[in-house]
Amino acid sequence: MSEDLIKIRDLKVHYRTGRRLFGSGSDVRAVDGVSLDIRRGETLGLVGESGCGKSTLGRAILRLTEPTSGSISYDGEDLLSLSGGEMRRRRKRLQMIFQDPYASLDPRMTVGQIIAEPIRTFESVSRRDAESRVTRLMETVGLSPKFIRRYPHEFSGGQRQRIGIARALAVEPEFLVADEPISALDVSIQAQILNLLQDLRAEQRLTYLFISHDLRAVRHISDRIAVMYLGRVVELADARDLYDDPLMPYTQALISALPVPDPKVEARRERITLKGEIPSPLDPPEGCHFHTRCPYAVESCKRSTPQLVEIKPRHFAACSRIGPGTPDIRSV
Amino acid sequence: MNELPKTGKVEKGASLWRDAWQRLLKNRLAVFGLVVLILMSTAVIVGPAIIEWTTGYTYDFIPDDPTLYRSMPPSAAHWMGTDDAGRDIFARVLQGGRISLLVGIISTAVSLIVGVTYGSIAGYLGGRIDNVMMRIVDILYAIPYILIVIVLLAVFGSSNSPAWIKWLAATVGGEGNQGLSQIILLFFALGLVSWLTMARVVRGQVLSLKNQDFILAARATGVRVPGIIFRHIIPNTLGPVIVYATLTVPSVMLTEAFLSYLGLGVQPPYASWGSLANDGIKNLAIYPWQLIFPGLTMALTLFSLNFLGDGLRDALDPQTRKF
Repeated sequence: MSEDLIKIRDLKVHYRTGRRLFGSGSDVRAVDGVSLDIRRGETLGLVGESGCGKSTLGRAILRLTEPTSGSISYDGEDLLSLSGGEMRRRRKRLQMIFQDPYASLDPRMTVGQIIAEPIRTFESVSRRDAESRVTRLMETVGLSPKFIRRYPHEFSGGQRQRIGIARALAVEPEFLVADEPISALDVSIQAQILNLLQDLRAEQRLTYLFISHDLRAVRHISDRIAVMYLGRVVELADARDLYDDPLMPYTQALISALPVPDPKVEARRERITLKGEIPSPLDPPEGCHFHTRCPYAVESCKRSTPQLVEIKPRHFAACSRIGPGTPDIRSV
Repeated sequence: MNELPKTGKVEKGASLWRDAWQRLLKNRLAVFGLVVLILMSTAVIVGPAIIEWTTGYTYDFIPDDPTLYRSMPPSAAHWMGTDDAGRDIFARVLQGGRISLLVGIISTAVSLIVGVTYGSIAGYLGGRIDNVMMRIVDILYAIPYILIVIVLLAVFGSSNSPAWIKWLAATVGGEGNQGLSQIILLFFALGLVSWLTMARVVRGQVLSLKNQDFILAARATGVRVPGIIFRHIIPNTLGPVIVYATLTVPSVMLTEAFLSYLGLGVQPPYASWGSLANDGIKNLAIYPWQLIFPGLTMALTLFSLNFLGDGLRDALDPQTRKF
């Protein structure tokens, strides 16, 4: 298989909260020991409930949020040991697409200025050259170049997201973190943006980390999918494999919640309803984070933290009750 | 997008500034205020020279035989009458307008520079520095500002003014110009007490801006900190800052009038609208025009500034924008 572009090892991002005048507050463990490899040219989908740390993980990879510990190796180089200035130069290769296309564009700049900003930051180009590159980029993402002097508030959500994508592509990056790029858009526009992202990946040989809570969108675009729960990756598999044969009870519940577009099947569909709320990342449960809601939890789940293990070929799960010999938790 | 025709013509977008300008022009009161202010500024700039050229009157011209000219009612020769020293009130009102408007503008500029710098530093750095800086503002807020100004004017006023103010006065108006250094001191004293709210306004803006996605996007695309502050943060704080500055001008002018009325501000032979009103009130029962004309001129200007400020707030603030 192809080489790994990014290797994340035991990455932790903890936020300090509730700091008082005296004494320290407690930590929010947004990302709590994640290890992931992202292969060159693939799309890795990252799914999970809101608040599970998936956006924080995406930002931490780009060091927009400073990780607390762990390592991120990008193309063989440790990103976390770079100085601010060195990291700034690496940003040419790692870009990001944001969730909210209304908030991620500066309202006082024209579309041309927004897309040209990364170009002007990294390269000394003439105004004319920058403009012609912006024009090409706008065509690439399906925007008419005649709108180059317009302002973001004059566009629809889908068009703004295209502007955001054009800005991310402006310096020809290799790796894109797409942080819920379609969740703020209408369903009809979502498909357009997904298809645009897929076409761009093929044309420009991009690698994506596609973060979303929309399981269908993730299945549509991803080669592999990682499932996060309370700051940890609990399952990682090829996209098809994950949907056809989810191993973790949490993943099973997620996938069983997806409606099926066939009334007969939908009527007979068996749904796994998880009891309780997602615990607070301020005070996550001991042992396996999922044991408070897991229908199969036993006493040992409260004590030992399961590691991500290859249960089946290329299919990893973090559950101490299943193993290569006993992959089906329902029969354990 | 598919539905957009691909033509070669580049369409000019409507910037937020131009949008705001269009909205401002639809606001009749704001346009009235703007026109009055433009006329008033023109009048106080060129007016005194024209009066002097046509009639020979200046703000401190006292006729050779003043008894004949004292406290005359408005006439063709003296549009606003004369004061109790025989000086032309129209010339004095225009000259006083220079001082009053300058006090408003310069003090607001001082408060703008101090307030925007202070507020954006506190807001951008955040944390403990922000805490300390804003507590200082809170403490200063608790002291009545008029008291600070009075103390400043009393301590540094007239002959005790600091060397740099004397130097400034000497450069502008010639050696030993006591009245002028008093006015300059007034500019700075008023500016230094009116930056507090400006600092709070700016800090609040910066706080809400620095966590916006477009700031994160700028960081993600490798923009340096100065670029983020000057290209992204400051242009986006400008709207509320302009509005607040426009509303600071009349409040500073009013404070100046109040101080001059108390005899602490502008000293004769210089005049401001406040000191003219102070002179006029002594003769209110007999020669009412000595108070009415300076008072009306000042009221008109203050109204206009407030109308313009309110109009700007409606035009620039998206929350109160009417679609």
